[in-house]
Amino acid sequence: MSLGEELTGRTAADLAELVRAGDVSAVSPSVAGGLVGRTAAELAGLVRAGDVSAREVTDAHLERTLALDGEVRSFLCVAPEVAWAAAAEIDAARARGDVLGPLAGVPVAVKDMFCTRDLPTTCGSRILEGWRPPYDATAVARLRAAGAVVIGKTNLDEFAMGSSTENSGFFTTANPWDTTRVPGGSSGGSAAAVAARFAPLALGTDTGGSIRQPAALCGVVGLRPTYGRVSRYGIVAYASSLDQAGPFATTVADTALLLEAMWGHDPCDSTSIPSEPEPVLARLEEGVAGLRVGVVEELTDVEGIQPAVRAAVDSARNLFEKAGAEVDTVSVPSVEYGLSAYYIIAPAEASSNLARYDGVRYGLRAPAPEVAAMNALTREAGFGAEVKRRIMLGTYALSAGYYDAYYGQAQRVRTLIIRDFARAYERFDVLLAPTSPTTAFELGAKTSDPLAMYLSDVCTIPTNLTGACAISVPAGLDAAGLPIGVQVLAPALGEAVLLRAARSLEAGFAFTARPTLGEAA
Amino acid sequence: MSNPLTRADVEHVARLARLALSEAEIEQFTVQLGAILEHAARVAALDTHDVPPTSHPIPLANVLRTDSPLPCLDRDVVLSMAPAAEDGRFRVPRILGEEA
Repeated sequence: MSLGEELTGRTAADLAELVRAGDVSAVSPSVAGGLVGRTAAELAGLVRAGDVSAREVTDAHLERTLALDGEVRSFLCVAPEVAWAAAAEIDAARARGDVLGPLAGVPVAVKDMFCTRDLPTTCGSRILEGWRPPYDATAVARLRAAGAVVIGKTNLDEFAMGSSTENSGFFTTANPWDTTRVPGGSSGGSAAAVAARFAPLALGTDTGGSIRQPAALCGVVGLRPTYGRVSRYGIVAYASSLDQAGPFATTVADTALLLEAMWGHDPCDSTSIPSEPEPVLARLEEGVAGLRVGVVEELTDVEGIQPAVRAAVDSARNLFEKAGAEVDTVSVPSVEYGLSAYYIIAPAEASSNLARYDGVRYGLRAPAPEVAAMNALTREAGFGAEVKRRIMLGTYALSAGYYDAYYGQAQRVRTLIIRDFARAYERFDVLLAPTSPTTAFELGAKTSDPLAMYLSDVCTIPTNLTGACAISVPAGLDAAGLPIGVQVLAPALGEAVLLRAARSLEAGFAFTARPTLGEAA
Repeated sequence: MSNPLTRADVEHVARLARLALSEAEIEQFTVQLGAILEHAARVAALDTHDVPPTSHPIPLANVLRTDSPLPCLDRDVVLSMAPAAEDGRFRVPRILGEEA
């Protein structure tokens, strides 16, 4: 265990370098093959049955991560000792004959927005570099209690502000399908890690689409649950009325498995929904016969939509019809204003939440003779451009004379959008839309034009404003071989019907392609 | 359309937000924030006089818990993460004095 200080907290590329140099033997090389690329459900089954140990599963995934993450850069830090300690506990519990949890021995990658007591938590920001939280986020604690093995913390746009992971204060992450392109964001590291099969499961947060958009761009499943279903305790706050944590996986069933392991009421989060959630995994295969599906016109014909993405929505529509659903189009006119409302509300809340980074209690402190200058210099040195931009925008929108014209008006528009969706759900059980108007764009393509970057969230933002749930499911590849995602939306607390519909689409699309990442195709 | 923001606006907001922006950032933000606000102004044109604002998507009122003492975070652990600490407290530079 004394190795802990040496290995944990490094990137995969740094670790791989140490292994190559012979400085450490990071992972046992003689792992039984075939453990990577399996689902979480399969792996947990193998561990529970004693066919493989949690340590073997962990090592197989660490080995793959060390070998290939230098190309993807999905992890900010890889955590061998922390993972080995967790795996050893599972293996000891099994040896004692204890009942193992639903995620026994399953490697999980955690977005670096979640507090972890044994790993640094940076939020992708220099202002928090080296900070180690004194506690675990509730979601992380619950996953660990379910037997999951945290193998590292993944890269993100700084404080989850961005749609490409290029706003990380440390480095950019590449899309495993084409390493010249972005993985999406802000949870780009988590989406890329699952797509690259470094871990079968990952945690993300979704404030404006930060789980669903990278899931679509990386060809994996990503779910944003109903606001308040997963505790926000220990998740660093960005925009508190929009933030929600959720799962990434390669299958809808694994998505449900991860969701069930972490959701439900938490007394530490006063916005946590008190009612017990209905089980979703057990009802996944019930099909969509008779289900009413509405195709959202305004999002499907959104400006700038790539024809292949539009065609994927049509395919999804056909698959639903073939499976017995009743499909029609629906108009939700106010979604047109969603983006504008979001880019007032989210920065306003962020400007307030990020006031806490003042150089006093944690993180960076710039030297200055008195405290006001220390605050301002610390924030100037520690925050990146996008974070400053949103703090400025939010501060302006909340300042005297502008509050009602911007923030107040955005909150009223939020009500209009909630009403429009309520009307749509009188006629439909779930809605269908693209997840992102385009497939993965090239690194650097939108970094100089913030507004163009914001437009890639246009299809996901309405769910955050309404507090409802939605999921992105892989629907195929475009002509360039890049994954396309389609989105299913359901009303608040509608996870059971949402996941059932997503499972039906998954079976219909039968998406089995994987990125190759330097291996033989 | 003309930029709704002036350089003086940006300097004022930066002071409110406690950000010691560089000259280059002030210039860049004046242009970029102006463009974003123009886009956002689309919502200002909507008639919403009879629409109540939504501050929270899933309203919960009066969330209470029993007032029972629980262990809190360990002071030494918390202070070990601070940029400076002394005698069990956070240490900061001078607070009173002229504004920088």
